[in-house]
Amino acid sequence: MTAEKYLIRRARLLGERTADLLIADGVIAEVGQDLEAEGARVVEAEGLIALPGFVDVHTHLREPGREDAETVETGTRAAAAGGYTAVCAMANSHPVADTAGVVEQVYELGRAAGWVDVHPVGAVTVGLAGERLSEIGAMAGSRAGVRMFSDDGKCVHNAVLMRRALEYVKTFDGVVAQHAQEPLLTEGAQMNEGAVSADLGLTGWPAVAEESIIARDVLLAQHVGSRVHVCHLSTRGSVEIVRWAKERGIDVTAEVTPHHLLLTDEKARTYDPVYKVNPPLRTEEDVLALREAVADGTIDVIGTDHAPHPIEAKECEWSCAAMGMTGLETALSIVQLALVETGAMDWAGVARIMSVTPARIARIEDQGRPLAAGEPANITLVDPRARRTVVPEDHQTKGRNSPFRGLEVPGSIRATFCHGHPTVLDGAVAGPRTDA
Amino acid sequence: MREPSESIEGPGTGTPRRARVILDAADVDRALTRISHEIVEANKGTDGLVLLGIPRRGYPLARRIAEKIARSYPGFDPAEGLGQLDVTMYRDDLRRSTSRTPMPTQLPPRGIDRRNVVLVDDVLYSGRTIRAALDAMADFGRPAVVRLAVLIDRGHRQLPIRADHVGKNLPTSLDESVKVYLEEIDGAAGGPDRVQILAPAGSEDRS
Amino acid sequence: MRHLLDTRDLSRAEAVSLLDTADRMGEVGHREVKKLPALRGRTVVNLFFEDSTRTRISFETAEKRLSADVINFAAKGSSVSKGESLKDTAQTLEAINADAVVIRHPGSGAPQRLATSGWIDAPVINAGDGTHAHPTQALLDAMTLRQHRARLASADTAGTDLAGLRVAIVGDVLHSRVARSNVWLLHTLGAEVTLVAPPTLLPVGVDAWPVAVEYDLDAALARGQDAVMMLRIQRERMNAAFFPSAEEYARLWGLTPERLRALEAAGGGTAILHPGPMNRGLEISSEAADSDRSLVLDQVTNGVSVRMAVLYHLLTGPQAPHGPDEEGHHDR
Repeated sequence: MTAEKYLIRRARLLGERTADLLIADGVIAEVGQDLEAEGARVVEAEGLIALPGFVDVHTHLREPGREDAETVETGTRAAAAGGYTAVCAMANSHPVADTAGVVEQVYELGRAAGWVDVHPVGAVTVGLAGERLSEIGAMAGSRAGVRMFSDDGKCVHNAVLMRRALEYVKTFDGVVAQHAQEPLLTEGAQMNEGAVSADLGLTGWPAVAEESIIARDVLLAQHVGSRVHVCHLSTRGSVEIVRWAKERGIDVTAEVTPHHLLLTDEKARTYDPVYKVNPPLRTEEDVLALREAVADGTIDVIGTDHAPHPIEAKECEWSCAAMGMTGLETALSIVQLALVETGAMDWAGVARIMSVTPARIARIEDQGRPLAAGEPANITLVDPRARRTVVPEDHQTKGRNSPFRGLEVPGSIRATFCHGHPTVLDGAVAGPRTDA
Repeated sequence: MREPSESIEGPGTGTPRRARVILDAADVDRALTRISHEIVEANKGTDGLVLLGIPRRGYPLARRIAEKIARSYPGFDPAEGLGQLDVTMYRDDLRRSTSRTPMPTQLPPRGIDRRNVVLVDDVLYSGRTIRAALDAMADFGRPAVVRLAVLIDRGHRQLPIRADHVGKNLPTSLDESVKVYLEEIDGAAGGPDRVQILAPAGSEDRS
Repeated sequence: MRHLLDTRDLSRAEAVSLLDTADRMGEVGHREVKKLPALRGRTVVNLFFEDSTRTRISFETAEKRLSADVINFAAKGSSVSKGESLKDTAQTLEAINADAVVIRHPGSGAPQRLATSGWIDAPVINAGDGTHAHPTQALLDAMTLRQHRARLASADTAGTDLAGLRVAIVGDVLHSRVARSNVWLLHTLGAEVTLVAPPTLLPVGVDAWPVAVEYDLDAALARGQDAVMMLRIQRERMNAAFFPSAEEYARLWGLTPERLRALEAAGGGTAILHPGPMNRGLEISSEAADSDRSLVLDQVTNGVSVRMAVLYHLLTGPQAPHGPDEEGHHDR
């Protein structure tokens, strides 16, 4: 734990009551009015909102293997800049995170970097190949303590294998996070299938390819009594299926990305591959259904699906381009724009979808905690009045593939405290923890 | 894409201009009658004579001249001696001025080889159109002789080209423009046949 | 118009002007000197990432008839297959001062990417991209249809559109850039388009297009069509369950001798078009392809004229700021 002491003065906790927060020894020592500084460094937070540090259940850190796109160091620094204090690193690295060795490597790289807590996600199947279960138990029992398993980027489409995975992870109170994409229905798919794909002559990616897998998986989860997490849900139909499953008491959680809450497939008309992403941008109707689903709790969490790519992977024809967008450093702003400013959600809701519930899904015990005395000091200070223009070149991530380039967005991260250490202070990246 | 620029308005549309009629319908007709006779005289008869009008307004002028010649010299058949020569593709300002939709080129059935061609246009100005016409003609054949007839010569030549037959020599300044109205092109809405000179508003009235 | 990427961008006036110009260009092919000096000293690059001898030869003929210098860059089998990007290729063309780029590419949207990415300044002409657009094919089809109608009416084509003309486009609409470009252009020109195809070969979202959709070819023909445009069926579609067999496809959606006879019996002037190359016996029978109604060879001829018109319109007129025009129009 850190020996640093900070006094956050007059922040609005979850956007509600105003209070001071005294941080010492990595925990919140005291919450109250007009606390004494007692030698602590004072952080003036008048007008700022204090939220529990964000937790991303869906980050691609690319290391090991694609250090040209991102490293654990750059990716977690980007996360801190975006207000995150923990990220779940997806398994589609090279080599794939399908053994205790790889997840421990990523975990240690995260500790060494010191920007956020890194919780590696383990692959469900060896090499994401969808054929044999990976060493789930070994990963769960490793120092990384993996609880979330996913073949993200690929769908566990074999129903038997998915059933076995759902059953097996119960041993460790784990969860399978499914990338719902029926592979045969999406062979060569380039964008959402609909009016725009018809015009553009790009191979369509039907909503049913996502919805049919989600429908199957919630039924499987119900049958074997396990819990399933749906990654980056993107269609109105998916929302309806998850809503139906939750009403029946099925243990399903669902995630949505910031970009699916704001952008539509109309963007593809530019043929600019910065808008090429998996799952694809859908229609206005889908966007509105997703926002509503976040507001009513059908969708549980925001997952960034932060997917950095080197410039050349996007500076090409649409059909040749890689899929994915960066997201860590714009997530809060897009959530504020799409959910808070539309009245769909208050700041306590933001805390729930960006911190509390993500930590619970990934079984991260020391994140997503209340802003109360004795809790770990994972705190994000947001300035909701700020307005900024997105400039990807200014981002901490190596990726420049932000679909929000040039967009004026609300909200900025003024400070991020990770276990009591300010990784971001005064709106700028400060420095990593060195004590972890 | 740009619209075809067969605008019947002269350049400078949108800025106020003052119009002055130089030739009225009767003047135009008299000028064409005189040119007709000059052409036949220079050709020493109508043998081998071909009139090629340059679109747009050169062609109706050529046809009027052909009809006049046919009336006076029954040996001349307009069907054999009248044509239209489009020069759009041969212009030297293709990269500068608005791109135009080309007009048809229609030569007399026997072509122009070894014949006596008279190019007909409405206004002779820089001479560049006629240069383009000479180039265009070379792609269709090799006339025995080429002459030039114009309704108006307004001066300001930029190339060593002169007209053999001129309806009216009209001294102009560079900021003026000359506009020819012909019923065949401008229709009834254009008013009677006439030649106007358009001067920028506010310039000295020199009449 | 700075580029020609899609017929969807064309207004009616622009399209009619292109067709009028194309008619004039067509006259050049019948002259002793089949050449115009309009693009003398200009360099046009034919950048083909996909084999298409027919389209390349058509463009090359058009470019040469306008006196342009032609560079053929068959990107397939060149440095591109070694991993050179579209960007690097574009910048190479920029560095050799290409005045226009004609691009054929298997990826939908590649020409638009080339035109809008800032990698190159030259006008871009789409010679077919993926399953997106093939604007010069649609223009040559419109030119052919316009001639056909004028011929039947003994009228002049100049300035006319295709108002009220009934056109059936038959076959693999889903994968057809020809169909897409024709839908937009024919609609802009006022034609009434019916798409006829098995439901598997129609795109989801087709209901947003300004067309009628019909699964039954005989019903569509019985309603009376001024023209039927048969689309090519790619042999590889047969392995992807779009239809059970070539025989069944030909029976239900091919222009068979029986259907040709029905057209003859109906007595109308229905024209037959096909973008080529034809699969005789599959989407079109030899009887239909070789009948008097077939305008397939007119389409080939008109392809050169239309491409000349497009090159002429894109490469003339002010390209960049110039000094004051030293010469007035001749009718000034």
